[in-house]
Amino acid sequence: MNLAARPQDATSLADLNGEAAMLDHRGALFLPDHRLLVVSDLHLEKGSALARRGALMPPYDSAATLALLRELIEVYRPEIVISLGDSFHDGWGAARMPEPFRARLMALMDGREWFWVAGNHDPEPPAGLPGSTVREIAVGRLVFRHEPSRADAAGEVAGHLHPGARIVRRGRSVRRRCFATDGRRLVMPAFGAFTGMLNLRERVLWGLFEPARLHAYMLGRDRVYPIAGALLRPG
Amino acid sequence: MSEQISLFDGETAARLPEPFLRWFAERGWSPRAHQIELLARAQRGASVLLIAPTGAGKTLAGFLPSLTGLAARAPRKPGQAFRGVHTLYISPLKALAVDIERNLGKPVAEMGLPIAIETRTGDTPTHKRQRQKHVPPDILLTTPEQLALLIASADAERFFAGLRYVVFDELHSLVVSKRGHLLSLGLARLRRLAPDLQTIGLSATVADPDALRRWLVPQHPPGRMADRIAVEGGAKPEITILASDERVPWAGHSARYAVPELYQAIRRHNTTLLFVNTRSQAEILFQELWRVNEDGLPIALHHGSLDVGQRRKVEKAMADNALRAIVATSTLDLGIDWGDVDLVVHVGAPKGASRLAQRIGRSNHRMDEPSRAILVPANRFEVMECRAALEANYIGAQDTPPLLDGTLDVLAQHVLGAACAAPFSADALFDEIRTAAPYAALDRATFDKVVDFVATGGYALKSYERYARIRRTKDGLWRISHPRVAQQYRLNVGTIIEAPMLNVRYVRAGRGTASRGGPVLGKVEEYFLETLSPGDTFMFSGKVLRFEGIRENEAYVSNAAGSDAMVPSYAGGKFPLSSYLADQVRGIIADPARWQALPAQVADWLRLQRDKSVLPKRRDLLVETFPRGDRHYMIVYPFEGRLAHQTLSMLLTRRLERARAQPLGFVASEYALAIWGLRDMGGMIGSGRLSLAELFDEDMLGDDLEAWLAESWLLKRTFRACAVIAGLIEKRYPGQEKSGRQVTVSADLIYDVLRAHEPDHILLSATRADAAAGLLDIHRLGEMLSRIRGRIVHKHLERISPLAVPVMLEIGREPVTGEANDVLLSEAAGDLIEDAMGPT
Repeated sequence: MNLAARPQDATSLADLNGEAAMLDHRGALFLPDHRLLVVSDLHLEKGSALARRGALMPPYDSAATLALLRELIEVYRPEIVISLGDSFHDGWGAARMPEPFRARLMALMDGREWFWVAGNHDPEPPAGLPGSTVREIAVGRLVFRHEPSRADAAGEVAGHLHPGARIVRRGRSVRRRCFATDGRRLVMPAFGAFTGMLNLRERVLWGLFEPARLHAYMLGRDRVYPIAGALLRPG
Repeated sequence: MSEQISLFDGETAARLPEPFLRWFAERGWSPRAHQIELLARAQRGASVLLIAPTGAGKTLAGFLPSLTGLAARAPRKPGQAFRGVHTLYISPLKALAVDIERNLGKPVAEMGLPIAIETRTGDTPTHKRQRQKHVPPDILLTTPEQLALLIASADAERFFAGLRYVVFDELHSLVVSKRGHLLSLGLARLRRLAPDLQTIGLSATVADPDALRRWLVPQHPPGRMADRIAVEGGAKPEITILASDERVPWAGHSARYAVPELYQAIRRHNTTLLFVNTRSQAEILFQELWRVNEDGLPIALHHGSLDVGQRRKVEKAMADNALRAIVATSTLDLGIDWGDVDLVVHVGAPKGASRLAQRIGRSNHRMDEPSRAILVPANRFEVMECRAALEANYIGAQDTPPLLDGTLDVLAQHVLGAACAAPFSADALFDEIRTAAPYAALDRATFDKVVDFVATGGYALKSYERYARIRRTKDGLWRISHPRVAQQYRLNVGTIIEAPMLNVRYVRAGRGTASRGGPVLGKVEEYFLETLSPGDTFMFSGKVLRFEGIRENEAYVSNAAGSDAMVPSYAGGKFPLSSYLADQVRGIIADPARWQALPAQVADWLRLQRDKSVLPKRRDLLVETFPRGDRHYMIVYPFEGRLAHQTLSMLLTRRLERARAQPLGFVASEYALAIWGLRDMGGMIGSGRLSLAELFDEDMLGDDLEAWLAESWLLKRTFRACAVIAGLIEKRYPGQEKSGRQVTVSADLIYDVLRAHEPDHILLSATRADAAAGLLDIHRLGEMLSRIRGRIVHKHLERISPLAVPVMLEIGREPVTGEANDVLLSEAAGDLIEDAMGPT
């Protein structure tokens, strides 16, 4: 074990189809030129959704997710926020959310433009919450939609797939959520406290990118680590 | 006939019914004194603990009260009312239950007794289980998990109403785990269903028999004990330490040096049982033995990861005396009769004196003849450990671990099970649970928290009332809210949480995962396979295999004969060196007079240490510092086992970092630990800038421990086990993982959220208690720190000392898992930069 190396920078600057993009290690994307913060797959109220089916998960996942979101909003002070789909784990999630958490969410939304991109888990607008629900939205040279399209990728930012990456070094395996991009398309990591991940080497993810240019920006404790596609392992 | 009857004394004849007397007499045998004594005590209504060595006829003794009772019972007439199980036999292993069915069935048949004996295990087909519920056998042989299922069913009351005896085989091994906690709760429930039942515990020799005696009877009033019958071991085993002409290695665990001599020993004996501590050692030893097996002797391999069919084949060959040697891990540890073993070899550290004695007991099932055993130390420290174990065996010293208090995750499982059986009153269940020895000290507030956990998750934020699994109704009874809850309970019953495993499937080489599958060789932990790349080789199932890739829940491998294998790095021996043996080893090192008993090369090594550095006194802690290369090393010799050393290393490293000693890393072995860094720690101690007394102060077990634990992968792993046992997350079954991943939440994420939002949650308390006792061995560390207060001996050296060589050799060989993952990411990202700078 090596305690000497200490990463320095907190974010990674990337050029995304001609737009400057900051990839935050907490799993969010910030476009400074548009004062736009993007998070994807919050899956709020996943805990209570599972509890309905008998698995009594701690009822704090919404609280944890919102706390992290607040941290980001305080750091970046965005004017626009896009929640890139699957914001709630199911269609009743918004209605089920305990009042204190709902109040916290409303406080975060206050004073900024807020877009709920419709996801497969939450195709309808969240009950009783402000903000605009859209199927997709374009900002600058980028277009934001929940599920990556099969067609032209240039400038697409999507979520849905919960990308994760795995590397092996010195006999040890490290698995983290990640941003996946080949410079044209970006797939966002899932942001929710209870969201799992899908390995980038799985066909449904891998096929979205130009392999030679693919990088995983793996989420570290205090920065993101750009890892070349060739170093990534399945599983 | 009359002459043969005279074999028995008056008491025997009075106790045993006629068919038994005749059966013994026809064989010219007579029952042993302890068998008759146990019968007499049981007939007087007592519960009994029988402590006896292997081969003493323990099993027959345990069943005599049942058999004589059943023989005297009138046979059931057609149309007569339902008659429940008379005797329940619980063993830790399925295989043992099956074995007993055979061994007990034979005499019962020969005596012509109308007694039905059946097994019920995970392998029992559904139709047979159904039939057993309607027509129970007189004697049911089963496992703790099956008992938990039986008492959680709605007809438990009827099934067990006539229960007279519960026989616990290998009780010493059952009681030391969470399995034992669950079993003790099951027993408490049985006692409520059948208040007259008596228990009979069969055990090997243990350090604290009274703990087992309490376990067997209700702790109401607290402290009650079962009767005790102890049979002195017959002939003392003849144990020797392999006196090798070869050089005993400094470090490592393979004992390759001894293989030619072991092979000769196998040739000289009929059947040799070779025990090792880990599966990887088993694989290596097996390979090495075949390498020198010029006579082509039938030598087999047996460990828990191998395919079941393969294991059964080996076991059968063993029983048929078709094997000359078998290399085995602890899967063969327990009291199964494996034919005529005339030599036991123990390769590697014995870890504990009692463990060693139990393993040697395998050999030679006739207790009047001495067992023969050879100990083979794999390195120099193990030579001393073997010596200490041998001496302990000679004086009969026992170092079995103490019994721990019952854990709360197991209690939660039991509470849910109780609700599945029938609606319960919290007051009555609490009283019942406190009769179980591990839970005798349970307080009501904790119990109520556990019930709350079972009902709604036990969260401070009360948002799950409507999703409750159990609910208290108007009559004051708790009942399950939906039949689905009982189904879920049945799927998740038990306390054995295995690391996720993948099947290892044999395929043709070079075709990757596109190949068609061949046979399954067994199972390997997912975390090990994750570290392999296609093309890597490893040893498994006695073969060198090439890793081809993973497809779904299977790892594809091909033949790689002739290659050098990278060995499965299964985490060292599971059992830490016992405190007793550790103390003995320190005693040997401190006392040159005892070195005569050691091989010359080991004694020379200690002499060299005395000359070059210093030998610690028995109760002292030696700390050496020296430079080497561009680094500075600190070696600490606590002899407290790898787990305690890893925890200590983590904590010391934190403190050294605060003291600006710039530590870089550490490695821990069973005997010592090494920390290295950029600054001269010896110089810092010499100049007073670093105080060893402060460094090793017991307060490290306070805040530092808490801070480190919070992030520790060890705690996450422990949490997962607790959460599964307590029923918060479901057991993973092979093949389910892929589809499950989208739906379920990983235990790590649950842990993080729970710790941040409700750090006092009952599952987190259970996790911390578990980790303290198990993976981190904090209890032992605390004892050590208090022992060495004011007794730390520091020696600053110019260069590495002889005693430090073994642990220094571990550096690079033993990766510390889990922590500092970001450093690895950083390195990988660094590679990328190099890649980008280099020619393309």
